[in-house]
Amino acid sequence: MSRVRVLVGTRKGAFILSADGMRKKWKVSGPYFAGWEIYHMKGSPADPDRLYASQTSGWFGQIIQRSNDGGRTWEQPGTGPGESITTPEGMPKGESNKFVYDVSSPNGKPLTTHQWYDGTQHPWEFKRVWHLEPSLTDHDTAYAGVEDAALFRTTDGGKTWHELAGLRGHGTGPKWQPGAGGMCLHTILIDPANQERLYTAISAAGVFRSDDAGKTWKPINRGLRSQYIPDPDAEIGHCVHRIAMHPERPQVLFMQKHWDVMRSDDAGESWQEISGNLPSDFGFVVEVHAHEPDTIYVVPIKSDFEHYVAGAKLRVYRSRTGGNEWEALTKGLPQRNCYVNVLRDAMAVDSLDECGVYFGTTGGQVYVSADSGDSWKPIVRDLPSVVSVEVQTLP
Amino acid sequence: MIRVILPFHLRTLAGVDAEIQLEVGGSVTLCSVLDALETHYPMLRGTIRDHVTLQRRPLLRFFACGEDLSHESPETPLPEAVRLGKKTFLIVGAIAGG
Repeated sequence: MSRVRVLVGTRKGAFILSADGMRKKWKVSGPYFAGWEIYHMKGSPADPDRLYASQTSGWFGQIIQRSNDGGRTWEQPGTGPGESITTPEGMPKGESNKFVYDVSSPNGKPLTTHQWYDGTQHPWEFKRVWHLEPSLTDHDTAYAGVEDAALFRTTDGGKTWHELAGLRGHGTGPKWQPGAGGMCLHTILIDPANQERLYTAISAAGVFRSDDAGKTWKPINRGLRSQYIPDPDAEIGHCVHRIAMHPERPQVLFMQKHWDVMRSDDAGESWQEISGNLPSDFGFVVEVHAHEPDTIYVVPIKSDFEHYVAGAKLRVYRSRTGGNEWEALTKGLPQRNCYVNVLRDAMAVDSLDECGVYFGTTGGQVYVSADSGDSWKPIVRDLPSVVSVEVQTLP
Repeated sequence: MIRVILPFHLRTLAGVDAEIQLEVGGSVTLCSVLDALETHYPMLRGTIRDHVTLQRRPLLRFFACGEDLSHESPETPLPEAVRLGKKTFLIVGAIAGG
């Protein structure tokens, strides 16, 4: 029987939740990296036992962790204890936690500043890895989305990371500015039909697409409208919270923007609003059903200054029509006195025959629905605040 | 041997007890002790000082013999009691947050 492994990143460590395909009895492992913030963990589609984790701390900086046994044991993939930290030529070796911006100006433009909150220019400063996206075909290749916004790639299993500087260097970088959570590159999508095509999303800059494996990029934000920026229809400056695609229909994208749920049918060339009858179209997560490309999920949040669910009720909203018509999914979820948030990387779906949907809350609950969202149960209720949730469907 | 005390999170990262002992060749300075520490425990590179600039991370402090050495030059010799192994060199995470 198939089984699932849910990878949960929290403010105080990582947890792994495992179950068989019934998704009723759960084994909870962890905390791993206790006391550290785990922004994201994700498994390689090419080798499900290869996991990557972003371990981070305001005190001690960024650590990349790697597992080759499905999370039972972890290692930092850089230089090992006792190994020389320099090459035989005396040059410093790369390190797994070393994210250094490329300053070689590949496009002939300086890549040194972006817009600060007050409109002045501010130097790029690496803070943390928000999101890790392993390659679909090679377990040693993975992408990292970082704050301040940039895209890095490893091709040696996380030992060394190199910036794909064409993203910051394509021309609009000096206009990017931080959102409330920092200037983070939080979403990376790989088109399974054409793996040269990559999408990234940045708060608060927008969505960008590369058609040459990350070498060159262009903004794809036409149709986004944001009342909180000087030009609501600007090419750049939109606070995109999350984008999602169905792997069998990769030209269709769904977006949860700061406010507004959006859809693109042309690989991001244009966007249309699909918020429809949602009680609030502010939110963070958006996810697509594993087998139904027009079934999508969001969790409406009350407002951008009240980061908790609308109406004090934890409701997942599902559209089976690709947007505009939404139904509240409430069975098994608290419907009073609830004031949690669901952060942008904290929802995922499995690919079992009856699609499972998972999400984690800032209150430390991780919920599962084994019936496409019709009903929900908590797997755990009292973890530290949940930052990210990913799920692996295993044979 | 130079005795170094790490903060909790760096102990777990390096897989060591509270106190570790380091052989430091040549002058015993802030810089040479940190160099030796990172050579023996490369997983600590970047966690105490920046990879590129080698500047101390803002929320870490260095203490020895009751003195705050955080703002001293990297070439500053450590106190004799530390050089002789009688006292420890402390790397301390700032207490921040309520």
